[in-house]
Amino acid sequence: MTVVFDRPKALLDVPTHYCPGCTHGVIHRLVAEVIDELGILDKTIGVAPVGCSVLAYDYFACDMYEAAHGRAPAVATGIKRAVPDSVVFTYQGDGDLAAIGTAEIIHAAARGEKITTIFVNNAIYGMTGGQMAPTTLPGQVTETSPYGRDVKTAGYPIRVAEMISTLDGAVYVERVSVDSVPNIIKAKKAIKKAFEIQLQGLGFSLVEVLSICPTNWGLSPNESVKWLRDNMIPYYPLGVKKDATTGEVK
Amino acid sequence: MAQKVLMKGNEAIGEAAIHAGCQCFFGYPITPQTEVAAYMSRRMPKVGRVFLQAESEVAAINMVYGAAGAGVRVMTSSSSPGISLKAEGISYIAGAELPCVILNIVRGGPGLGGIQPAQSDYFQATKGGGHGDYKLVVLAPSSVQEMVDFVQDAFDIADKYRTPVMIMGDGMLGQMMEPVEFKERPKKELPEKTWAANGLRGREKHNVINSLFLKPEELEAHNNKLQEKYREIEKNEVRYELYNCDEEMDLVIVSYGTLARICKNAIKMLKKEGINVGLIRPITLWPYPVEAFDKVVDKTKHGFISVEMSCGQMVEDVQLAVNGRKPVHFYGRSGGMVPTPAEIANKIKGIVGGAK
Repeated sequence: MTVVFDRPKALLDVPTHYCPGCTHGVIHRLVAEVIDELGILDKTIGVAPVGCSVLAYDYFACDMYEAAHGRAPAVATGIKRAVPDSVVFTYQGDGDLAAIGTAEIIHAAARGEKITTIFVNNAIYGMTGGQMAPTTLPGQVTETSPYGRDVKTAGYPIRVAEMISTLDGAVYVERVSVDSVPNIIKAKKAIKKAFEIQLQGLGFSLVEVLSICPTNWGLSPNESVKWLRDNMIPYYPLGVKKDATTGEVK
Repeated sequence: MAQKVLMKGNEAIGEAAIHAGCQCFFGYPITPQTEVAAYMSRRMPKVGRVFLQAESEVAAINMVYGAAGAGVRVMTSSSSPGISLKAEGISYIAGAELPCVILNIVRGGPGLGGIQPAQSDYFQATKGGGHGDYKLVVLAPSSVQEMVDFVQDAFDIADKYRTPVMIMGDGMLGQMMEPVEFKERPKKELPEKTWAANGLRGREKHNVINSLFLKPEELEAHNNKLQEKYREIEKNEVRYELYNCDEEMDLVIVSYGTLARICKNAIKMLKKEGINVGLIRPITLWPYPVEAFDKVVDKTKHGFISVEMSCGQMVEDVQLAVNGRKPVHFYGRSGGMVPTPAEIANKIKGIVGGAK
């Protein structure tokens, strides 16, 4: 019998704590498949954030760090500078990366740190139970924007991929989504490219992944996928934002 | 004997770190310690090591967390307001049991405070600073030579116990120049860093650098393990100097850092007037040298006086160490004001009743 589908070696054989319908599991798997395909498990070091994916260090089979809230890019910088022949990635949510950790991600990108960031954007703080995130859409109802995000008082969402792509140290920046099989395939391609950029020593790479949070959006997984398509993709357009290897800047 | 060179404290400490095998330095400019970063930026690339100016003290200490977790010797330096910003990271470093060296060249506070020398970060250094049940080993040099010597010791203690170590000097120590010698010292036998997360590289099980324990019983067990380690450090690493404490004394000064040197001058002045005063100079501010007090408590007539460049911080540890056996007095200046030998002597005369 031929095995056609199996757990990637870069993922440990453990149950995860993610809610039913959550797409963190899909994104974990994509990162793990890329690590396997590139044959870099032995020298990869991951940095988990504070947020829903805080326990990612228990799920990936490579060496792992748990960073303080928002500080993953600084921790990754310390690792990469100390062990330059390693492959270092951060896995961060929107509260972690785009609110409390804004300085760290911008400066890691500006320095052209040879690390890869997987940025999971689900427009909400998941771990703490659904509060407004820097990526929460205008009008979106959350626990701390109960009347809908009012841009007059709560300001506007941050488009991280576009912002990072303005920095010279960022070599490859793409926004992808895991709402459909074709998009999941594209997401994996982007993650692979981001790791390859690091392996080639070219500089900083970031993949923003639009993700769903059925629990805190108060929707079923199917409704969530539709909500992502109808609301998030128009505000956060998919595609390559910058690829310095081809000179592409959008 | 190695040759003596005249060096500024802040530069000598950088060179000492290089001698001690410091592979990475992450810094951020702040007066009065900026020369450490400037020195490291010149020297580290020349010896094939890493200097990086971070975007903030917060980022710098988290870079330290990253490099320390990967198993290399790493250091950062700052001054009081910057150390406050690093406090979060220091707590994580202590929680994740990572070795590193943190230098605080203390300036006056609170808030932005001033840029002149002070000792007002004693509480922050010895009683926590960050959140949770952790301790920092705190070394307090009183000369540029001690700054140099303590860097090697700090790295060794950090590696031996997997714990962050702070070297706390005041602004004077960072800025003054003194002749120093970089002694070649035998390498200590230290445990191998099998816990380091630097890539599997053939290892079967992944290493995780972490301070999160969601199950209460696991976190308590982890905390108990840390406490056992701290008891071990208290047993092995206490350091202090006793000065002029052999005979019966009118009073014993307790003072550390450069201020202890000023106190020695006060002691000499008082001796000429027939007043005999001793000095306990704590070198480790944590673990605090309680045993030094036991040695002299019966020989001091009027008890102890804690002399500090703060509004009264170490005096609380003096009270705990004396434990009611003798009176404990306090004299302090703050805000960057440095007491003179004469004013310390006058204060002491007020306590012991003037010349005999």
